[in-house]
Amino acid sequence: MTKIFAKLIGLSLVSVTALAGASILTGCGNKEDNSKALYVYNWGEYIDPEVVGDFEKETGISVVYDEFETNEVMYPKIDADPSQYDVICPSDYMIAKMAENGLLAKLDFSKMPNAKKNIGETYWKQSEDFDPGNVYSVPYCWGTVGILYNTRTMDRVPDTWDVLWDPKYDDEILMQDSVRDLFAVALKRLGYSLNSTDEQELQEAKESLIKEKPLVQAYVVDEVRDKMVGGEAKMGVIFSGEAEYTRELNPDMAYVIPKEGTNVWIDSWVITSGSRHKDAAEQWIDYMCRADVALKNFEYIYYSTPNTAAVELMDEEERNNDVLFPDLSQYDNLEAYTYLGEKMETHYFNLWKEVKSA
Amino acid sequence: MNRTKHISRVLGLPYRLWAAVFIVVPLVMVIWYGLTDANGHATFANVAAIADPAHSKALLMSILLAAAATLVCLLLAYPLCMFLVETESHSNSFLTMLLIIPMWMNFLLRTYAWQSILEKTGILNTALTALGLHPLRLINTPGAIILGMVYNFLPFMVLPIYNSLEKIDPNVINAARDLGASSRQTFLKVTFPLSLPGVISGINLVFVPALTTFVITSLLGGGKILLIGNVIEQEFTLAYDWHLGSGLSLVLLIFIIISVVISTLTDKEEEA
Repeated sequence: MTKIFAKLIGLSLVSVTALAGASILTGCGNKEDNSKALYVYNWGEYIDPEVVGDFEKETGISVVYDEFETNEVMYPKIDADPSQYDVICPSDYMIAKMAENGLLAKLDFSKMPNAKKNIGETYWKQSEDFDPGNVYSVPYCWGTVGILYNTRTMDRVPDTWDVLWDPKYDDEILMQDSVRDLFAVALKRLGYSLNSTDEQELQEAKESLIKEKPLVQAYVVDEVRDKMVGGEAKMGVIFSGEAEYTRELNPDMAYVIPKEGTNVWIDSWVITSGSRHKDAAEQWIDYMCRADVALKNFEYIYYSTPNTAAVELMDEEERNNDVLFPDLSQYDNLEAYTYLGEKMETHYFNLWKEVKSA
Repeated sequence: MNRTKHISRVLGLPYRLWAAVFIVVPLVMVIWYGLTDANGHATFANVAAIADPAHSKALLMSILLAAAATLVCLLLAYPLCMFLVETESHSNSFLTMLLIIPMWMNFLLRTYAWQSILEKTGILNTALTALGLHPLRLINTPGAIILGMVYNFLPFMVLPIYNSLEKIDPNVINAARDLGASSRQTFLKVTFPLSLPGVISGINLVFVPALTTFVITSLLGGGKILLIGNVIEQEFTLAYDWHLGSGLSLVLLIFIIISVVISTLTDKEEEA
């Protein structure tokens, strides 16, 4: 507890000297335990806001809903105080890291009948890679990382990562501003694993990213979507779920998975080890797994859902949309991120800093 | 006399408490984090890490951009202040108002506004294209960051310079002119030296926040330019290395101390 106190004081310092993110300060939950409350921490724009309201109405639980932009931003907050939030939706490799560091609570599936019933068998199997035995996590969305491009201004289909290194597209490229996603692109382009720990390969990837930098318009995360829709750039690295959504806003948008392969990811619900509202958190996860709720969410955020019961409720057109439900069997070079350990993570981060400061 | 002293001590108490809890204690925490490692052992490595190429490059970039922004602010602010002081009219207070009104708006909002002005498809480039001119690459460049700094920090340069210019007794200037000094000589030998304390405090008020900013860089730099403030922010928010983040903050603290020392020295000179 004193450690947490020390950290909170450190936090206030940061804002006083105006050196570090005020963002850490936000979302420090109150300490009282109100059994009718639930603290949810999810990705930005990753739920139909109506679903949150429906859940509150149906259960009488009041939800405090906060958003994060990357796994890396979320982790330190939970590590500092795992009781700040009850239920979170991190990605695969981050779930492995959180489990390893004791930040997650084992789930009681008897209280979540919809989870085992509605989530497809393949996704449970895939989850075993980062959550052996499926004890900590329930899949929420899955997808790939690829290139979103503007069919009106692009003169070709960017079906290879190499396009992002083509001087022809100077100032027309948006890259992901997160360590793993940025290096995944460079590593895959060079034909390496996106979980590489080989020093030579990592250095090569770093050098190539530095070489690409003058062509890059911006390193951004959620803004890729807005900038692409607004016509700011011709291409942007993005998560598959954004593809369909952006196409609704701008019909010129198209999404492609480059032929060198990419990352296939799962974001899953987990409950923190410090959760003070575990029952409510389990109710939340179970609610998210309900077919009608999953469908409603899907039709709002357009990320591929692992909820097979929801897919059955979809109309023909949605179900056969190959962006939403791609046939990934044609690729033999798709990989999930694995947790690389603390030391390697710091190494990736340092290489990233070299790219960013170059 | 004793009584007023006692009262003022009591009145000062809330601020002293505030300062102790929110300035002194955090500062001690930064020093403690900065000089220890994850196991709690004393180390100088977090401060020495500034020599790491990525960090020193970011620091150098910060100094360059902050210096450029400070210079631009000074060049804009000084003539403006001279004009404001010399032409005593109603438009004066109006101009001052114009300068201060933007400060009432949220800093983030104002910087976001620049984003949509400078973007490739932004207001400025749309106008240029409409006029048949070639659009410019404005956003995500060092120039955009300097612009953001100048826009946000200009009032901090104007206000102290205005104050010090306004305080100058017009008789001093008249005396200089009476004794045959040209207007150039009057400015260089009388007006400017007398306004120097305002200039120095203006430089401090602009340079220090510009040096440590990370918000302007993230909004107008597109993640392509890494300043030392961004490095420190990321050590806290992404890498979760509070020790390194604090160590690098201590390096910046040195710059802040230097500027405080300089302004104290000039203040003393003025008194003497």
